[in-house]
Amino acid sequence: MTMLKRAARTLAIALAGGLGLSSPGFAWEPTKPVEFIVPAGTGGGADQMARLLQGIVQKNNLMKQPLIVVNKSGGAGAEGFLAIKEAKGDPHKIVITLSNLFTTPLATGVPFNWKDLTPVAMLALDQFVLWVNAETPHQSAKDYIAAVKAAGPNKFKMGGTGSKQEDQIITVALEKATGAKFTYIPFKGGGEVAVQLVGKHIDSSVNNPIEAVAQWRAGKLRPLCVFDHDRMPYKDKITKDQSWNDIPSCKEAGVPVDYVMLRGIFAAPAAPKDAVAYYVDVFRKVRETPEWKKFMSDGAFNTTFMSGPEYVKWVEGAEGTHRTLMKEAGFLAK
Amino acid sequence: MEELNALFHGFAVALSPLNVLLMFVGILLGVVIGVLPGLGGANGIAILLPLTFTMPPTSAIIMLSCIYWGALFGGAITSVLFNIPGEPWSVATTFDGYPMAQQGRAGEALTAAFTSSFVGALFAVIVFTFLAPLVASFALKFGPPEFFSVYLLTFCSFVGLGKGAPFKIIAAMMIGFALAAVGIDTVTGQLRLTFGWTEMMRGFDFLVAVIGLFGIGEILQSMEEGLAFQGKQAKINSRIVLETWAKLPRYWTSSLRACLIGCAMGIVPGGATPASFMSYGVAKRVSRNGPKFGTGQVEGVVAPETAAHAAGTSALLPMLTLGVPGSPTAAVLLGGLLIWGLQPGPLLFVEKKDFVWGLIASMYLGNLAGLIVVLTCVPLFAAILRVPFSIIAPVIIVICAIGAYTVHNAMLDIWLMLLFGVIGYVFKKLDYPLAPLVLALVLGDRAEDSFRQSMLMSQGDVSIFFSNALVGGITALALVLLFWPLGASLIARLRYG
Repeated sequence: MTMLKRAARTLAIALAGGLGLSSPGFAWEPTKPVEFIVPAGTGGGADQMARLLQGIVQKNNLMKQPLIVVNKSGGAGAEGFLAIKEAKGDPHKIVITLSNLFTTPLATGVPFNWKDLTPVAMLALDQFVLWVNAETPHQSAKDYIAAVKAAGPNKFKMGGTGSKQEDQIITVALEKATGAKFTYIPFKGGGEVAVQLVGKHIDSSVNNPIEAVAQWRAGKLRPLCVFDHDRMPYKDKITKDQSWNDIPSCKEAGVPVDYVMLRGIFAAPAAPKDAVAYYVDVFRKVRETPEWKKFMSDGAFNTTFMSGPEYVKWVEGAEGTHRTLMKEAGFLAK
Repeated sequence: MEELNALFHGFAVALSPLNVLLMFVGILLGVVIGVLPGLGGANGIAILLPLTFTMPPTSAIIMLSCIYWGALFGGAITSVLFNIPGEPWSVATTFDGYPMAQQGRAGEALTAAFTSSFVGALFAVIVFTFLAPLVASFALKFGPPEFFSVYLLTFCSFVGLGKGAPFKIIAAMMIGFALAAVGIDTVTGQLRLTFGWTEMMRGFDFLVAVIGLFGIGEILQSMEEGLAFQGKQAKINSRIVLETWAKLPRYWTSSLRACLIGCAMGIVPGGATPASFMSYGVAKRVSRNGPKFGTGQVEGVVAPETAAHAAGTSALLPMLTLGVPGSPTAAVLLGGLLIWGLQPGPLLFVEKKDFVWGLIASMYLGNLAGLIVVLTCVPLFAAILRVPFSIIAPVIIVICAIGAYTVHNAMLDIWLMLLFGVIGYVFKKLDYPLAPLVLALVLGDRAEDSFRQSMLMSQGDVSIFFSNALVGGITALALVLLFWPLGASLIARLRYG
């Protein structure tokens, strides 16, 4: 027994020493497991990313305490945001966001705002692509919009995830920009939307790349354009002859709409500066791991990273965009 | 016979010592997860997912899917012993399983439950092995109207299940629908029935309600009836397994029907919970023993358990071939696939043969391992009923409370559980059936979503539910089942009147 104990102690000291050498001294480090709140259900995009982060942190020993993912999906994510809002000054809680950071308080009137939280870092931006069934004749975004207009209002069905959230906002923006009119059908998850499109129960979708890529590769779906200023940078072939980079941006396809979704990290209100600096550093290291890079390219994410004032400014801008779009669409809570 | 070759290759992959070890670890963890109400398969797998990054993907999915099988098996244990469904799909198992335990036949009920789980899973895996591509294209035919017709069929096959007055059944069902409506509404994105109280926006979770209605309600009733479990006199006999097996072949028709219902519901994907309810409802209608259901019939355990496990297993098929999960647990596994860098979808079967066939082979082996594990424990589980009530009841209440808390990590859920316990007790005293309430609560919002999605698609035209042969057929069948009792009594009256 004593031998074992001694061995364990030696090992512990060696480990601690190793860590001490490899990482610079932090002004703050977690002293207990960090709760990583996901304001969405298990299995969705934010959940996947959070669990990947947990795995990467664990595998590469990036934090001395584990990250524990907790799903708080109630009220379109309001539950998760309220939980962290209430944890004022607690450095052991962080939250990953999706667009519901903006859309949920605007659409439901639940009292929280990103300004209640402490911004940590932007991890990536998620793209949206306009998809149609590959058996339809629409070869470009322009063709498709022309067909929608020709058919008359509400004849074409656009499927998306949730109501008054990103997918519907994009649909409304698309309608505004082109004058076409869709019937929007909300579903519970992105994978479900992609399959409904393959089964021709809906006419188009604005799925994220990762939600529809499998069906694209199988030749069931056709991407028309990506809702961003520029094309996606990934040039590896995804299908036989196309890469993400071959999909035109909607702007160049003649449908001037752009929208990206924030995958960012926030901490509790009034979280200590040192703790925020610590998390920024951890996520910087995560970005350098091969696992993260692979996940980014598989999902064709926009890998912009931001922290500090630059990040705050971006979030401010995004909130303004959401408010304008949702106001125009009549989605604001009364 | 390309599939057979591939399958044998899969067995070679799955039978490596590491994978076999992970299989048993997974099954044991799964059984524990299944036994604890609240900590469902989905949560359990989600918690363990990050641990699997260092493993090869095939080993990881073998372990995680074995947790899933274990949870499917384990859900039945507390349903039978204490009337507390460990998992949503074992609610229907309580209807006959618990009465059996009260009659001292817990061992028999558990053996029947486990064995039929295995049969259901085996059936589904065989379908999986040989018909995967065909079956995947069937799932594509399901849009919102088709889903609604399937839910309608579930409700209709279940109406008239309780022996109580029809009015009481409808009242219980309506309460269930009202509870299901609380929280965020998918179609409008608005909060409903929260009365401005943010704690309510989570809605009423089905598991919290079930733990309270069944578990706490049962304990309240036992307290009134003299602080004792009626199953105390349970015979503990290690031969019980063989004795039950000798009886089971009698129910092969029920079993086959349940396999078919389960597979269809898993593939569509409707999920294991509606499958188990529908299978129980249909068995009650069709079986010769039907009228005796609810009094401790082996067939009443076989039907829902077979269907639940068949559905749970086949739910993995749309996940792998289409990337759409057939159950919450499958949704988490799907996330796992993406994290491991695998892309579920039509090409997975072509590009990742080792992975897919290793997984399929592990389904055969994992379920067999699961059956062995749980069957050897039957006498042990049954012996739990011998523990005096005064010791076991507080333990159950604590487990129920932990279970209710784990669903959302919310304290409110524990209070709700107690409230539901009182409601459950009152319902029993006033002879209101609980099953319709539970069914409406678990399927209410999904049925509502698909109905309103259909209405959006058709611009409000109800004829969309008869717009093609598939949806029209299911809807018609549902209506026939709904009016069956009425029609039957009319015919009887004409004949004898």
